Amino acid sequence: MSVGSAARSAAGARSAETSKLLGFYHSPVGKKAVMAVTGLIGAGFVIGHMLGNLQVFLGPEVMNAYGMKLHETPPLLYGARTVLLIAVALHIIAAVQLTRMNVQARPKGYAKWTPAGSSYASRTMRVSGPLLALFIVYHLLHFTSGVAHPNFRYQDALHKVPAPYENVVAGFANPVVSLVYIVAMILLMLHIHHGAWSLFQSLGLNHPRYTPALRSLARAASYALLIGNCAIPLAVLAGVVK
Amino acid sequence: MKIILHVWRQKGRDAEGKLVRYECPNVSEHMSFLEMLDVLNEDLTARGEDPVAFEHDCREGICGCCGFVINGVAHGPMPGTTVCQLHMRHFKDGDELYLEPWRAMAFPVLKDLMVDRGAFDRIIAAGGYVSVSTGAPPDGNALPVPKSDAERAMDAAQCIGCGACVAACPNASASLFTSAKVSHLGLLPQGQPERHERALGMVRQMAIEGFGACGNIGECEAVCPKRISIENIARMHRDYLCAAFGERPHGETGSAG
Ligand code: HEM
Ligand code: SF4
Ligand code: FES
Repeated sequence: MSVGSAARSAAGARSAETSKLLGFYHSPVGKKAVMAVTGLIGAGFVIGHMLGNLQVFLGPEVMNAYGMKLHETPPLLYGARTVLLIAVALHIIAAVQLTRMNVQARPKGYAKWTPAGSSYASRTMRVSGPLLALFIVYHLLHFTSGVAHPNFRYQDALHKVPAPYENVVAGFANPVVSLVYIVAMILLMLHIHHGAWSLFQSLGLNHPRYTPALRSLARAASYALLIGNCAIPLAVLAGVVK
Repeated sequence: MKIILHVWRQKGRDAEGKLVRYECPNVSEHMSFLEMLDVLNEDLTARGEDPVAFEHDCREGICGCCGFVINGVAHGPMPGTTVCQLHMRHFKDGDELYLEPWRAMAFPVLKDLMVDRGAFDRIIAAGGYVSVSTGAPPDGNALPVPKSDAERAMDAAQCIGCGACVAACPNASASLFTSAKVSHLGLLPQGQPERHERALGMVRQMAIEGFGACGNIGECEAVCPKRISIENIARMHRDYLCAAFGERPHGETGSAG
């Protein structure tokens, strides 16, 4: 075999490799696997994020030191932000593609349709999801960049390190803002209630011994997220955290 | 007893359809749902009207021909029952029932309550088979099969291809049907040689036919007359993902020859 033809066939093999590598994505099952993995990353994050945020109950020193620590380890902060950004982007792209396909698959609906075995949360994923997307944008402008926060404070103005404790207290003092957060947490509860077990099913993991426990765990996680996260604006409004 | 029906009437594939109200005045509780429609059709024929088209064959719940949506539930309100095995004793005098055909882009309405389920045949043709040598029959039990595998394969093999799972799914996904076929062959030793090609071929065909994606919501297993479990859908996802990531071009072996 000549050198030229070897190089050509290697290039051909490489492009075949790339299409093989992404070939799984052409089918809805592949797209759901992407939703599942990115959703798992998101679910893991929202739980960790809530645990971090609950430190407001430990007072301004602890909370602000936590914020400072995150900013002092840029690889951690920017690494996590990059992974999350990519995960959210892929999750949204796959959601849009799947939703379009699902709407096309049922061009004419029923005059009467009665759910026989599905949960409310599972039927409203394509409502809770996009509303969460809007909330994520608002949340980043509010507590991360401060653009949507009327009195955003920094604990280190030089290095642009925000003061999370003061920002949370000032932010949630506005009942309308608190209400937006509480509604968003109800949506998150619904999304995780179904999503956190559905993702295992999408990845092909179902076993009569473990699946009922996984479903209970998903439910428990969704309620914990609702209660834990809503406790913060409610505590601020009640004057417990000030 | 008296039953009031609102039946989807549609003359042909491309015709506009609409719900038409009919009264069935003398329904016996011993009748099956289809027998009630037979009586209605005799009345309609006697009046010179077009009878309501619906599919049926065995009327024993085993062939998979029958099926339509009754008040928003595929095969009606009794779990684990085809519409031919649904009896009128489960309804009350004066009930108003809406009868609609399976609704899915991949199942075009042929007439009234009858749809074209050819898409299911093409999904089967894309991998729902095992290749066997012809000749003398093999000895029984020559291939050992673990009991639990045999049982799960037989559970999956109960699918009669009625299409209720597609009808009940808000995404009109064919995942329960396809996964039952993937599982009943893929759980047995005879199904192993084509297991990966089967999952790839059948899953790809589902999308080509225009069925939607599975959202794991579980409406399908709730209406399935054979109580096929969505555990099969997870198995199909597993086989598909293993196959898609492990797929090798023909002739590509382990070492670089
Ligand atoms: C807090 C951020 C989010 C988390 C933690 C999250 C998590 C999840 C999880 C775990 C699933 C289940 C995946 C599966 O069934 O395999 C899921 C499904 C889904 N997500 Fe999200 N998600 C988030 C944000 C979003 C956003 C912003 C959208 C907007 C488009 C969205 C739309 C959807 C849809 C439509 C589904 C259902 C997909 C289907 O079954 O076809 N999600 N999500
Ligand atoms: S899985 Fe159940 S509902 Fe679907 S086609 Fe088979 S028997 Fe009918
Ligand atoms: S007519 Fe055969 S299953 Fe109903």
